[in-house]
Amino acid sequence: MPARTKFEVKLGAATREAFGRTLVELGRENKDIVVCDADLSKSTMTTYFAKEFPDRFISLGIAEADMVGVGAGLAYAGKIPFVASFSAFVINKGFEQLRVAVAYPNLNVKVVGTHSGISIGEDGPSQMSVEETSLACSLPGFIVISPADENSCKALIREATAHVGPVFVRTGRPKCPIIYGADQKFEIGKAIQVADGKDVTVIANGLLVAQAMLAADILDAEGISVRVVDMHTVKPLDRDAIRKAASETGAIVVAEEHLVNAGLGVRVAQVVAETVPVPMEFVGIQDTYAESGQPEELLEKYGLVAKDVAGAIRKVVARKR
Amino acid sequence: MIGAAKSGHPGGSLSAVELVVELFFDYMKIDPKNPTWADRDRFILSKGHAAPVLYSAMAEAGYPDTPKDQLNTLRKLGSVYQGHPDVRYIHSLEASTGSLGGGVSLAIGMGLAARLNGSPSRTYVMLGDGEIQEGQIWEGAMAAAFHKMDNIVAITDYNGIQLDGWVKDIMEVAPLADKWRAFGWHTIEIDGHDLTAVKKAYQEAEATKGKPTAIVAHTVKGKGVSFMENNPKFHGTAPTPAEVDMALQELR
Repeated sequence: MPARTKFEVKLGAATREAFGRTLVELGRENKDIVVCDADLSKSTMTTYFAKEFPDRFISLGIAEADMVGVGAGLAYAGKIPFVASFSAFVINKGFEQLRVAVAYPNLNVKVVGTHSGISIGEDGPSQMSVEETSLACSLPGFIVISPADENSCKALIREATAHVGPVFVRTGRPKCPIIYGADQKFEIGKAIQVADGKDVTVIANGLLVAQAMLAADILDAEGISVRVVDMHTVKPLDRDAIRKAASETGAIVVAEEHLVNAGLGVRVAQVVAETVPVPMEFVGIQDTYAESGQPEELLEKYGLVAKDVAGAIRKVVARKR
Repeated sequence: MIGAAKSGHPGGSLSAVELVVELFFDYMKIDPKNPTWADRDRFILSKGHAAPVLYSAMAEAGYPDTPKDQLNTLRKLGSVYQGHPDVRYIHSLEASTGSLGGGVSLAIGMGLAARLNGSPSRTYVMLGDGEIQEGQIWEGAMAAAFHKMDNIVAITDYNGIQLDGWVKDIMEVAPLADKWRAFGWHTIEIDGHDLTAVKKAYQEAEATKGKPTAIVAHTVKGKGVSFMENNPKFHGTAPTPAEVDMALQELR
């Protein structure tokens, strides 16, 4: 077998930055795109859209419930509204409206949460979103997407816009390691295998895809061949990719920057249980709220870096034998 | 309808009759035969529990998906007449409602869309006086004035009663007209059972430019049925068969 190409961390733009830039392109292409903001446009990066399309940028003040409701009204009248804020605010403060005003009538509203996970850093737990995947996935009809890097975010924001129906896209604050080239194609609900391997599969999304790649390199040196799958769409899951991973590699680790007992991991486990049951391990945030600190320090302290993924891989491979 | 369903909200439906009738049968620019007409006026029943008054009006107006002969299937399994308005069953409805507090935000979104499209469409949203205890109403009230939404009208059906009793005993909303004014709305107070006053208020709202209009309509809960009038019991309780007979006698 040829030697693996080692994964090198090269930082690209943050996913929120990719979102903001793509939104401007979409605004030029489609005059029905409207953006609703709750006083965070300079952080969610909808500020680029606001500058170019002031008439289609709706400032609603610090009022997320109203913002989501206004988005629903726009969608009823045929517009394609993007409602964006920190994940912690749009999902939690807007949840009732996401449920009754958006999900229940199945409206074409695009919800983008930025500053997701604990990698927002210094602001601390009140601004950190660790529940958003669970909450968004609980809403019938919602598509839920968590891109891993700049290029995947750009492509998936476009896919989300083309899809008719409610979508939640989870983005983050820090710059992300580059996983994909600009020409990589993405499809909602279709996972991407970013590294092939035969002994175990790591299913990850968001920032944890890069950590899984690094972990695969660590394990390669130990003679364990690791497949890495980017499950960018959390709902609907790519059941085929999960079944294939289970039957071909016989063990699965799921890694995510989210509460471990309520996110991607438990959803993948359901599919594994229904298809090809194999040993599984999970990397994520334990049942707790984090604290202030630099993003890298926090990811390390809360067990979301390559060595944690590597540890889970060793454990699950041991259970296989 | 509510008697046949054995559950529902008669009081808050009866208090809103004139306000709704004037819109559907006189004032709103609608074409029930063409419910997707882009420039139509829109009506949102934010106090979704008053669904019977809306269903009755739409059935009478002749929308394609509100059959009159099925009104008595209200709240029954498989009925288009769901307990609260549901666009999945009646596409001619402008919005699904039922969880209180959402209507002003929806109206702003529809009004903004009309403005962006250069459409003359106006949006009417009916609120309950208990409903306006919800904070989202006032987020929307602030936003509608800020965005100068002169194509939306919020009508408060001020009947003074909510589920648990009198509004003034549960959570006082007075002085209500002052509140709307303070939030930047052109505000009109009327007797919500006086059809002439109701029509005049809608006209005044349409003539008002640069700000949204709030109509505070003083009404009587259970209007027209002596034993329901001003009786908190009939906020969310269906009349018995005997009470239905008595009520229909009185309303004839």
